[in-house]
Amino acid sequence: MAYKERNLAGYLFISPWLLGFLLLTLWPIAQSFYLSFTDYSMLADPVWTGMDNYRKIFSGDDVFQKSLTVTFTFVLVSVPLKLFFSLMVAMLLAKNLRGMNFYRTMIYFPSLIGGSIAVSVLWRNMFGADGYINGILAWFGIEGTGWISNPDTSLGTLILLGTWQFGSTMVIFLAGLKQIPQELYEASAVDGAGRIRKFFHITLPMLSPVMFFNLVLGIINSFQMFTAAFIITKGGPVQSTYMYAMFLYEKAFKHFQMGYASALAWILLVIVAALTALNFLASRYWVFYETEGGRDR
Amino acid sequence: MTLIRPRWSSHLFLTVFSLIMIYPVIWWVGASLKPLDEMRLPAIWPSAPMWSNYSEGWNFSAQYSFTHFFANTLLMEIGNVFGGVVTAALVAYGFARVNFKLRGMWFAILLLTMMLPTQVTIIPQYILYNSIGLVDSYVPLVLPHFFGGGAFFVFLIVQFIRGIPRDLDEAATIDGSSVYGIFLRIVFPLIKPALVTVAIFTFVWSWDDFFAQILYLSSVEKFTVALALRMFIDQFEIQWGQLLAMSLLSVLPSVVLFFLAQKHFVEGIATTGLKG
Repeated sequence: MAYKERNLAGYLFISPWLLGFLLLTLWPIAQSFYLSFTDYSMLADPVWTGMDNYRKIFSGDDVFQKSLTVTFTFVLVSVPLKLFFSLMVAMLLAKNLRGMNFYRTMIYFPSLIGGSIAVSVLWRNMFGADGYINGILAWFGIEGTGWISNPDTSLGTLILLGTWQFGSTMVIFLAGLKQIPQELYEASAVDGAGRIRKFFHITLPMLSPVMFFNLVLGIINSFQMFTAAFIITKGGPVQSTYMYAMFLYEKAFKHFQMGYASALAWILLVIVAALTALNFLASRYWVFYETEGGRDR
Repeated sequence: MTLIRPRWSSHLFLTVFSLIMIYPVIWWVGASLKPLDEMRLPAIWPSAPMWSNYSEGWNFSAQYSFTHFFANTLLMEIGNVFGGVVTAALVAYGFARVNFKLRGMWFAILLLTMMLPTQVTIIPQYILYNSIGLVDSYVPLVLPHFFGGGAFFVFLIVQFIRGIPRDLDEAATIDGSSVYGIFLRIVFPLIKPALVTVAIFTFVWSWDDFFAQILYLSSVEKFTVALALRMFIDQFEIQWGQLLAMSLLSVLPSVVLFFLAQKHFVEGIATTGLKG
């Protein structure tokens, strides 16, 4: 096919995405950057205020600090927990046992429905002061609390909900585990390696690209946590679960401070981009990519 | 003996673990039939099943019943799934098989957008839709799916197409097929498992996309199931039995779809894999 014809065909095929990218991604990014330097309520035109929004956010906004702390705590606890948990379960499910499909379905099931508002409703009931979790604890003579209405435990309840839905992370680990050549394990068994050595010297290095993928996306997704906090705890009590995404949503669409909220969005972008870049830099030291001719680096 | 013991303990562990994982869901089924004063009990089955939770919950709102909300959501889903599957397949084919100028750059950008937090684009998007009078309509919810269905899905299908031998394309080229013909007659039929995966994920994720729905839909007439549930939970005194019954019904479409298409779905994930 001629060069020109090929270009035309290529751009025709990707045109739906390209159009969407320009219209609903690139242009909005530029615009939200501009808006972050303005005061804008959607009723009147944006008024240029320079660095005002950023200055206010960093110097005097207690809610910003609070929501950032809450969100960082959430990310720092829930991401490693979920990775660890899903790797362990994936290793269990990678075995060839009878009825494995049944176990996989049961364990994956909560993740299929987990993002829905319906599950948040369920969680709110289960962990309420009159929920059945307290009923179970009562059997053991433990007096429960209102897990959601207590600021000390409310965030933990949300982390638990996130961890319960480790399914998609686990599926990716499972796919990665299946691609590790069995010969490696056989060879190391001949050399007398035990299970623990096999795990640290074969499984973990071979799985590191998948681990890296899950880590990067896990962090990005956790920073945007919204539905569960919105439905289960409404950000409370005393803002103990006031996630950054919720703070931003309320600034923009409840108080209509579009400029201020745009500045918040850009701060989020910078944080997420910095963490992702850091992850990529650190990955040189622990992620191994196998190529046809052996280890790449 | 030493060979059998670990198997046996694995089964035991997996059974117990599966039960712990699934217990809240099973309890949920029972709780949807419970009266309020039995909610606290960990027991699954109520002393006397209260079927009225379903009939009254279905009509909890004086204006509209859940029939209306389900119809709204399904209508939106038809657009989302159709748009997502068709355009994601087109875009993925372009990236996977047609060698055009700047292809590498655009593909890198596509992958980068997967990492972009939605919050960065949501405010200008809202302003845009608002300026053309499309807030409180389904357009902002459905339209994005017609733009390639999302970077993740394009990536998934690209990986899948890369697994199809190029010999097929070349044979068709010799027979006089154009790139368009190859797409329609050869690639499209072969990527069905990947498309089923995309369809299921699109359905489930947009069913659950509470953020976009609460942002763009404000009149009760247009509410989706998720928004109806939210309205339910905001009532003065929550009827937990009814609320849990309706919540349970709200996840049913996703669950049924998942089990119906499970075979294709697993095939799609397995062959797509994560090759690198």
